[in-house]
Amino acid sequence: MTALFVLLLYTATAVLVAGVGYRVWDYARTPAPLKIPTTPAPTTRGGVALRMAREVVLFESLFRSNLWTWAFGWLFHAGLALVLLRHLRYFVEPVPAWLAFVQPFGIWAGVAMAAGLAGLWARRFLVPRVRYISTPSDHLMIVLLLAIALTGLAMTFVAHADIVAVKAFILGLVLFDWQPLPGDPLVAVHLALVAVLMLVFPFSKLLHAPGLFFSPTRNQADDPRERRHLAPWAARLDREP
Amino acid sequence: MAAEIKAPPLRQHAEAPALAPGAMEASKPYVATAKMQEAIGFPGELAEGWERRALDKMGELLGKYRSLKVYLDACVHCGACTDKCHYFLGTGDPLNMPVARQDLMRSVYRRHFTLAGKLFPRLVGARDLTKDVFDQWYTYYNQCSECRRCSVYCPYGIDTAEITMAGKEIMDAAGLGQKYTNEIIGKVHRIGNNLGLPGPALADTLAGLEEDVKEETGADVRFPLDRKGAEVLLVTPSADFFAEPHVDSLIGYAKVFHAAGVSWTLSSHASEAGNFGLFIGSYDQLRTIATRIREAALELGVKRIVVGECGHAWRVAYSMWNTLAGIGAGGDDPYAQALQRQLDGRYTQPMHICEVTHDLIRRGALTLDREANDHRVVTFHDSCNVARASRMGDVPGGQFRIPREIIRAVANRYVEMAPGTTHDATFCCGGGGGLLTDELIDLRVKGALPRMEALRQVADGQGVNFMATICAICKAQFTKVLPYYGFKMGMVGGVHQLVSTAIRLGVPH
Ligand code: HEM
Ligand code: SF4
Ligand code: SF4
Repeated sequence: MTALFVLLLYTATAVLVAGVGYRVWDYARTPAPLKIPTTPAPTTRGGVALRMAREVVLFESLFRSNLWTWAFGWLFHAGLALVLLRHLRYFVEPVPAWLAFVQPFGIWAGVAMAAGLAGLWARRFLVPRVRYISTPSDHLMIVLLLAIALTGLAMTFVAHADIVAVKAFILGLVLFDWQPLPGDPLVAVHLALVAVLMLVFPFSKLLHAPGLFFSPTRNQADDPRERRHLAPWAARLDREP
Repeated sequence: MAAEIKAPPLRQHAEAPALAPGAMEASKPYVATAKMQEAIGFPGELAEGWERRALDKMGELLGKYRSLKVYLDACVHCGACTDKCHYFLGTGDPLNMPVARQDLMRSVYRRHFTLAGKLFPRLVGARDLTKDVFDQWYTYYNQCSECRRCSVYCPYGIDTAEITMAGKEIMDAAGLGQKYTNEIIGKVHRIGNNLGLPGPALADTLAGLEEDVKEETGADVRFPLDRKGAEVLLVTPSADFFAEPHVDSLIGYAKVFHAAGVSWTLSSHASEAGNFGLFIGSYDQLRTIATRIREAALELGVKRIVVGECGHAWRVAYSMWNTLAGIGAGGDDPYAQALQRQLDGRYTQPMHICEVTHDLIRRGALTLDREANDHRVVTFHDSCNVARASRMGDVPGGQFRIPREIIRAVANRYVEMAPGTTHDATFCCGGGGGLLTDELIDLRVKGALPRMEALRQVADGQGVNFMATICAICKAQFTKVLPYYGFKMGMVGGVHQLVSTAIRLGVPH
């Protein structure tokens, strides 16, 4: 059992890192030949960084378009971010003071995450427009994340997992000094689901996370009259007669 | 014969319509003939092996356009864009929801270019590229005016216009072109403008305008053509030369140049600002059409290039001319510098006619009689390409401020339409993106619904009787569509039409 999980988690990590790495490299090397920022847009790189930060942290555009989706979506992502932060404690020893400080918030973040997901899922049934565009994979993705959140919460609130043993197992993975997987089935299920999430990440719509940073309508500065913007393949055309 | 075309009822509250699957599946523009296609370098028809050609083109575009690649991957189906498209709001056809329109291509992308779609097509909604799918593309990519309203509201800025343009380019490469756009592109190459107005006819028209203005004002306002050594080259949509109400704006530009004492000229080689290469997503066409302007500027030796009232033309001029033809500043390569050295660096290049007029008004160089427009209660329709794909002036948002300030300087009575329907949230007129053709009139009438609702509100509430705009397509579209909603077609006109009414010539200032 331990060997299986060690293998699974290593594979998942490798796929996640290599897969997302490849996508990011692929996006970065593909040129944006024309200036297409959605205007009004910032005219400087600094302004663009600020616009991007507002999109990442506040979901600014979504806020303008749909308050319900924004509320659930933001709740879910903010929860997810805090939960991920909280999980850092399994990877480092000793646990720094700030990380110890976020722990109690992390628990409630898990609840927020599950609530946000539930709201987003409900929209897929209740709003006819959203129901129309939903594919089975959209539902499955929410189910997967919800299952991860609920198994996690269950270990916190219902059947306490032996987190000392869990930490030993994970630190073992990090240090290549493998320790036994705790026998708790909840831990096994939780970890397996996380591995699945990591495996599908580079092949699914979860690419929206790196994708946002490469979106030309959001990451371009509005300065086409001041600067000549040329993609390499387009520059070649100028040199041909 | 099709059923009579009627405007949909105005909605009381701006809520999204109920889904009406298939409502617009019969709306298709005429297909380009083999001759039209071949004239601009595309295969004449969907011949044997078109699927391969289409997929090869798609692969090529995925390598050339980051927008396409990222947008096909990144959508999470959150649905935020679903109620933002005027064609969906006007028709209820779910395939006119921006995300559904993208999915027509995304499904094919998934199937042929991604692992998930190759292994589990049903799970991720992947489909093979079949003739039925391609027909669906033709139907619904010709129901997108590339207005980018959806991109404003998408959390990742996914721009359906980019997908539509790619779709049109792929269809063209496979041999399935749209008649209206592709015939016009042929004309611009053959004759110099979209309307196919040859040089001598243009000269006649301009001479006629000089007489008309002389009669009206007593002033010798000139409409020069191909005048070497003029300061300004004006590039304007060819509709300005004779269509109503467009021509009134052309007269406005001429009066402004006259009053300011700026020498200017039109060019018969580049007698068209419009660039339909944008609509069909073809970089090559965009570039060759834009290059005509460069050639005309070099040939005539002008110092400045100014663009008339045309939305997509201003998008291409503002955002793309520097890239496509080196018209702008900051180019450090010989190609760009050949022109950029000739142009006057004290002015932004290119400039919108509104920027020119606004500047002159600010400097007090024009004598304006606001009262002359007192019979009008004016509102302003932001054209999508100007609003969401360009700028005027030095600061973001100038594209909203500058035309409004001009209007306020030439008219006393100005009313804003409801928020959420103006500025970067503006609704397309319903005729952009290469859809301004008679066989699509049903779509055009329905697509105008959100704008017509906003106009109805200010017309009934504040007595608005004039909707100013700075786009040739908006003007043509509204002229045609307003009557379906019970408005007079003369209600739409250009900003420079208002300027033309108010400006006083020959009065010393
Ligand atoms: C840069 C980081 C990220 C940003 C800016 C971001 C932003 C967004 C936004 C704006 C939405 C649409 C609204 C919504 O449905 O919630 C969304 C959806 C979603 N995000 Fe993220 N996200 C990020 C990272 C992640 C990560 C790391 C995951 C999961 C591991 C994730 C999972 C999801 C899922 C599953 C949805 C779809 C929810 C649904 O089905 O409605 N996101 N994201
Ligand atoms: S670009 Fe405009 S017309 Fe096209 S889908 Fe988006 S909102 Fe609709
Ligand atoms: S708003 Fe953007 S991410 Fe959401 S469904 Fe529309 S295109 Fe997809």
